[in-house]
Amino acid sequence: MAYISNTNEDRAEMLSAMGFTSFDALLAPLPPAIRYQGELNIPTALDEGGVLRRLQQLAAKNVDLESHLCFLGAGIYDHFRPVVVGMLAVRGEFATAYTPYQPEVSQGTLQAIYEYQTLICGLTNMDISNASMYDGATGLAEAALMATSILNRGDIVVSGAVNPLYRQVIQTYANVTGYRVVEVPTAEGVTDTERLSEIVNSQTACVVFQQPNFFGNLEDVETLTETAHKAGALAISAVDPISLGLLKPPGDYGVDIVLGEGQSLGNAMGFGGPLLGFFACNKRFVRSFPGRIVGATQDSQGRRGYTMTLRTREQDIRREKATSNICTNQALLALCATIYLCELGKTGLRHVADLSLQKAHYAFQQLCAIEGVKPLFPNAKFFKEFALSLPVSPSELNTSLLQSKIVGGLDLGAYYPEFAGSSLFCVTETKTKAGIDALVSATEGVVKGGKA
Amino acid sequence: MSKDTREPLIFDVSRPGRVAANLLPKCDVPYQSPSELLGAESLREKLPLPEVSELDVVRHFTHLSQRNYSIDAGFYPLGSCTMKYNPKINEKTAGLPGFAALHPLQPQETVQGALELIYELQKMLAEICGMKATTLQPSAGAHGELLAMMMVQAYHAERGDTQRNIVVIPDSAHGTNPASAARCGFKVKGIPSNEKGCTDLAGLEKALEGGNVAALMLTNPNTVGLFESDIQQICQMVHDAGGLVYCDGANMNAMLGLTRPGDMGFDVMHFNLHKTFSTPHGGGGPGCGAVSVQANLEPYLPVPTVEKEGDTFRWKFDNSKSVGKVHSFYGAFLIAVRAYTYILSLGKEGLRSASENALINANYIRARLADYYDVAYNAPICMHEVVFSANRQKREGDVRAMDISKRLMDYGFHPPTNYFPLIVPEALMIEPTETESKQTIDSFIEAMIAIAKETQENPEIVRTAPHTTLVSRLDETMAVKNLDLRYAPLFEE
Repeated sequence: MAYISNTNEDRAEMLSAMGFTSFDALLAPLPPAIRYQGELNIPTALDEGGVLRRLQQLAAKNVDLESHLCFLGAGIYDHFRPVVVGMLAVRGEFATAYTPYQPEVSQGTLQAIYEYQTLICGLTNMDISNASMYDGATGLAEAALMATSILNRGDIVVSGAVNPLYRQVIQTYANVTGYRVVEVPTAEGVTDTERLSEIVNSQTACVVFQQPNFFGNLEDVETLTETAHKAGALAISAVDPISLGLLKPPGDYGVDIVLGEGQSLGNAMGFGGPLLGFFACNKRFVRSFPGRIVGATQDSQGRRGYTMTLRTREQDIRREKATSNICTNQALLALCATIYLCELGKTGLRHVADLSLQKAHYAFQQLCAIEGVKPLFPNAKFFKEFALSLPVSPSELNTSLLQSKIVGGLDLGAYYPEFAGSSLFCVTETKTKAGIDALVSATEGVVKGGKA
Repeated sequence: MSKDTREPLIFDVSRPGRVAANLLPKCDVPYQSPSELLGAESLREKLPLPEVSELDVVRHFTHLSQRNYSIDAGFYPLGSCTMKYNPKINEKTAGLPGFAALHPLQPQETVQGALELIYELQKMLAEICGMKATTLQPSAGAHGELLAMMMVQAYHAERGDTQRNIVVIPDSAHGTNPASAARCGFKVKGIPSNEKGCTDLAGLEKALEGGNVAALMLTNPNTVGLFESDIQQICQMVHDAGGLVYCDGANMNAMLGLTRPGDMGFDVMHFNLHKTFSTPHGGGGPGCGAVSVQANLEPYLPVPTVEKEGDTFRWKFDNSKSVGKVHSFYGAFLIAVRAYTYILSLGKEGLRSASENALINANYIRARLADYYDVAYNAPICMHEVVFSANRQKREGDVRAMDISKRLMDYGFHPPTNYFPLIVPEALMIEPTETESKQTIDSFIEAMIAIAKETQENPEIVRTAPHTTLVSRLDETMAVKNLDLRYAPLFEE
C-alpha cells in the first residue's frame, strides 16, 4: 500500500507483541454503531504515473501565466522568481520540519525566521516583525483587532481604496466581535482625507489604508497617519513589499502597524494560495502582537542560538486570553521571501521596483494613446498598477485579449459599481516592451473593431 | 569544547557592491525619473538589504537547512502533528505551471481545471468525514476553528438565539480551541476530563445548563489518544441543549475509512491537510484547515463556493447567509493540489490502510514501553498516538519529560510533543504515523528504554541533554529579557 513501510509480517509481529491476532481488536473503543462499514466514495488507488497524468490533465484545463502574458494584479503579482528560491526552499530539511518547538534541532528554521524578521523590519523600517500571518487580508484583520484591543475602542476606520477583498475579510472578523467597520470614501482614486478627518473620533481604534492603494495610486500617507494619531487612533498600512524598493518605508511616516501580502517576494501566484502575510509594528506593542516571533539568545555553553520567544502571548499557553489564535502560519513562504530578498539584495529590489514603475508607465502612456481610452484618475501618481476607463466592456476586452494569449486587467465594476467600464492594469518587470506593445495593439484592435 | 559552530547571519556575509546574478533585464522602455513619476518626497533613501552573491545565498541556506531535523532525515513522532512522510510527487504536481502559475482573478473559463480540483477535493473530504459540504478557505487548523465558530454564531443568530455566548471546551483541548472561540467573542467554559481521560458526562451536563451554550468543541480521538466512546451520547446531549458540536480534526489520521465524525453526530469539523493528507509542514506552515459541515451549517460557508453546472464549474459569490470571507482568495490552493494528489495515490483502500497502520504503530509503542513509562490513562487500547507521563522518571531520577525529549535528540530522534495535553503531568505524546516501519519504531523504542535506564543509572546525562546537537539548551529567559528580534547593526546609522 502506498507509503506504508510495514510488511504483512511486520504487522503480524506487532499485533502479536500486543497480544492480538487481528487489527480489528484495535477498534474495540469504537462503538459498533459508528464503525464505518461501507466503502468510501473515493476512487481506487492510482499508480504514480496515473496520478501524474490526472493532475497534468487538470492543469492543462487552465490557462497558465507562463504561456500567457498577465496584466492582472490587485494583490497577487507576476514578479520574477529567481530559480534559486524554489531550488533551496524545496529542500526536505526545510519543507518537512515542524514548527520549531525544539530549538536544538531547529536552528535552521529559527535562524531563517530571524533573518526574515530582520529583512521585513529593514524593508518597512519598523521595530519588530513576526514570523508571518496567513495572508495580507487576515494580517490586516488581525492588525485592526489588535488596535481595538490596545485602545479599547470599537471603530475600525478603513479607506475605500483598500483592497475590497481585504475589506470583506475585515468585515467578517468584525461581525463576530461586534466592532464597527467605517468606510472612508475616495476622491480621485485616493482616500478622501477631508472626509477622514470628519469621520475619526474618540471611538476610532485605527485608520487603515494601503500604499500604493488598490488602484495603484500613492496615498498622502503623512496626512492619513497624522489624522489617525490626532484622534488617538493607530495608523495601519498595508503595503506592497516590492514598492518598498523605491518608496519611503512606513516607519518613516510613523505608521504603527504595517502588513502586506508577501507573495511577490519569491512565491508562486498559485491561484491565490498559499500566501504570506507579513506583519510588523512599533516595539511598544510587542506584548499585544499576534503570531510567532523568534529571538536570539545563548545556549548553556554561551553559544549564540535562536528560539521562539514571547511565547506567553500565544494560544498554547494563554488559551482564551491569547493575543491571537494563530498557530501554524506560513513559514515556508517566509523562507522563500528571505531567500528572495537576499538574492536580489539592495540593488536588485530597487531594480525590480524601478523596472515595474517604468514599464507600467510606458504601458499607461501607450494605452492612453488609444482613442477613447482614458485614465480613470488623471491626477494620481501610481506605481505599477493603473485604472483606465475603456470605450469597450472590460470583460469583452479580456475575452478578446485571451485570443492573443493575454490575460487582461481587472474589471473594476465587479468591486466598484461606480467604476463600471474601467479596468485595473498591472505591469511588472516580467513584461517586455514587446509584450506591452502586444497588449496595446490587441486592445486597440478591439476598441477599433468595437466601434466599427 | 564550546566550539563556535554557528552559521553567520546573511548580513555578516554581505559586502558592499556584491550582487547575486544577472536576474533582471535592462530597461527596454523609455526611462523616466522615479522622482518625477512618484514625487521625490515619496522615495526612500536607505534600503538595508544584504549584498551577496548567489553562491553565498546557496551555501548559506544549504547550511541552514542542515541545522534542521526533518521527516526526510528521520523519525519525527511529534504527537498531534501527524508527521508522516510527505510524498515527493505532491511537490511535482503542485509545481505544474497549470496550477502554480495561475492568478486568482483570472476569468473563470480559464481556470476550469483548478475549480474542478477544488470541487472534487471538497467532495472527497466531505465523504471522508461523513458531512455535506466543505470549504478550503482556512489557512490552518486554528483558522478553521475560527471559521467554524463564526458559522456557529451565525446559525444561532439566525434563530434569534443570541443569548448563546458560551463555548464548552474540555481541559484536554488544544490551546487554539479556546483562543479561536474567544476570538469570536464567545465565553469559554472548561470541563474536566474523567478518570479515563475522556469527557465527563456529568460535567458536560452541568455545563449545558442554562441554555446559553452555543457549541461544544471536542477533539476525537481526544488529545490523550483515546477514542471518546460516548461520542454519540455527547453529541445528543449538546443537541438537546440547543448547541452544536465541533470536531477538532487534528487527529483525523486515526479514523480514515474506519469511522466518520459526521456519523458520530458532529455538526462541523476542520481537517489539517498538512497533517492527515501529507502536505509538508514547512517548518510552521503553510497548511490548510479545510472545514466540513452538515446541511444545517452549509448556508453559512464562506464565499465564494464552487458549483458545478453540467460540465462547467463556477464560483458563487452571492450567498446572503454566508459569514463572509476569511482569506484573500480561496485558501491554500497549492496545498489542496498536494492533498488531492495524495488522496488519488492512496485511494479509498489506502486511506483506510493509513489509519490502520497508524493505530498498529502507536499501540505497538504503547505495549512495548508500558513497562518503562507510565501510560497516561490506563485504557487497554489507544488510537493513533499514545501519551505517557514521565512521572516515574521524575520521581526516580529527577528527570523530566523535557529532559527525556532532549536526550532523544542524542539518539537521533525528534522528541515527542511534551507537556501537552495539560491534564497529563510530564506528558510525552508520541505519534508514530503509518509511514514508519517496525524497524524504525523498534530503534526508537530501544532509545526510550535506554533513556529510562539512564534515569536510574546516570540521570545527569539525561538532565543535561542534548550533548550532540549544534547548540545545547537555549536560555529562554534571556531571550525574553534581552529581546533581540532583528539584527541590530543593520539599522545603525
